[in-house]
Amino acid sequence: MKRRFAVDRFLIQRLGISLISLVALLTVVPILAVFAYIIGKGAPAFSWQFLTAMPRDGMRAGGILPAIIGTFYLTLGTAVFSVPLGIAAAIYLSEYARENWLTRLIRIAIINLAGIPSVVYGLFGLGLFVLFLKFGTSILSASLTLSIMTLPVIISAAEEALRAVPQSFRTVSISLGGTNWQTIRKIILPEALPGIITGVILGLERAAGETAPILFTGAAFFLPHLPNSPFDATMALPYHLFVISTQVPGMPIQIQYGTALVLIIFVLGMNLTATIIRSRARAKRQW
Amino acid sequence: MKKTLSWSETLITAVVKTCGYSAIVFVILIFFFLLREGVPALAEVKLSELLSTRWYPIENHFGILPLITGSILVTLGAMLIAIPFGIGTAVFLSEIAPRWLREILKPLVELLGGLPSVVLGFLGILILAPFLRVFLDLPTGLTALAGALLLGGIAVPTTVSIAEDALDAVPQSYREGALALGATKWQTIWRVTLPAARSGVLTALMLGIGRTIGETMAVMMVTGNAPVLAVKLSSIFSPVRTMTATIAAEMGEVANGSTYYHVLFFIGLVLFLISLVVNVVASSVVFKSKTRAERVLS
Repeated sequence: MKRRFAVDRFLIQRLGISLISLVALLTVVPILAVFAYIIGKGAPAFSWQFLTAMPRDGMRAGGILPAIIGTFYLTLGTAVFSVPLGIAAAIYLSEYARENWLTRLIRIAIINLAGIPSVVYGLFGLGLFVLFLKFGTSILSASLTLSIMTLPVIISAAEEALRAVPQSFRTVSISLGGTNWQTIRKIILPEALPGIITGVILGLERAAGETAPILFTGAAFFLPHLPNSPFDATMALPYHLFVISTQVPGMPIQIQYGTALVLIIFVLGMNLTATIIRSRARAKRQW
Repeated sequence: MKKTLSWSETLITAVVKTCGYSAIVFVILIFFFLLREGVPALAEVKLSELLSTRWYPIENHFGILPLITGSILVTLGAMLIAIPFGIGTAVFLSEIAPRWLREILKPLVELLGGLPSVVLGFLGILILAPFLRVFLDLPTGLTALAGALLLGGIAVPTTVSIAEDALDAVPQSYREGALALGATKWQTIWRVTLPAARSGVLTALMLGIGRTIGETMAVMMVTGNAPVLAVKLSSIFSPVRTMTATIAAEMGEVANGSTYYHVLFFIGLVLFLISLVVNVVASSVVFKSKTRAERVLS
């Protein structure tokens, strides 16, 4: 009786662990397959001309330069608004705020901002920036919309990085006569910088890949020229991929895969940069 | 503690404080603009009409019920995938895999989370939908099932990442205690580690659901966009249309300020409120578990 019980539970253990391992395998293999497939299919479309030429023949030939430049502008515009605001908000939460109901409310607001569907951000951007403030369908409107969407990512990551700086750093700086702000600017911020940069890049990566928030706020189906000012609409890589894979009949498959590959390289390149900065900073850190 | 501040210090404190409140301001602003543009729909369309089953805006039929059932169907399908695969993979990474394997696999799974949804939608159109059409012998592969599969793939990284953190945070002594009492590794996982990480795993699932219901591009590209009331189980094999896809696909074509425009904003308002509830519930689970942990530690 006792012995059979022992056999059973080890049998269950073996079955259970095999099952879990199989599940993990079934999760990981498709991920690898997706990346391998896009790289394999997209690589042949890759050429200098594809990256640097304007689209021709109703986007069925030529390059995707305006989409690449557009995504670059949008990411830059998002950074301009969301980085200072996000870091300042993180400094407030980490260095100034007390644990009271207001701080809890701020945290709940941040969690909610992070969870709002991207298309709802698009509606909000349309209502506030495009129509109410009359910025029109423009890089400015789209960047502002993406900034608010990116804000919770940047705030959370930057706050975590700031909080990771040991309390003794603050105590020593204050005891040497430093003011609150001097302590933050000269001691805390430099120590937390790699963590903050990592968070910023991860936030901007999300903004660069988003389509729904820019659909009605700044994305253009096709533009014969590059945008000249922040008040122009722009093409963008994710929206372009959506357009050429669903809206344009007779689109050469190679251009579609090529565009997907460029978008992935853009986004994963940012991801990789963030990871490298983080691991380097961790290796160098002395506390 | 009391210190006279220079004017620049005072100014900076004020600026930082203002930025600190910005998150609250933006949530209120978003809510306000959705109300402002969405609530007029209630005056222009009768509530009974709004809750009817016919979405055909060109003839002024604004029944959002098919869109809601479409969203629910696709989300449920996605959760059926994300729960076993997300939690299973998290358990594997945290409890079974050797350290080096975990260090490779976790970033890989999170990499999928960073993949733009439009890319997944693109692959869905080109690979998944044709495969489903042939494999299941359907008239079209662009169905709720295709949407559910893709959304499952989108929810899995979120779920894995947070659930793995939660499992990882379970003190090592819990596992050692269970093993020392003669439990097998499997019993330890199933009866000790997972229950101890319950609140974190639950949060992971909630946030996974949140991501799923709000997902737009991938869903719009693969679900076929037919606004048909999905009530039967077999609806999973037919095209549906979700709330998010409806807004994304149609907002570009409506006149600003029209009834149609207001109804689309109203759908946005519904989505906003759903995400509000999901996130408040998910975060209150986290807060509760934190206070419990603090009680245990003190």
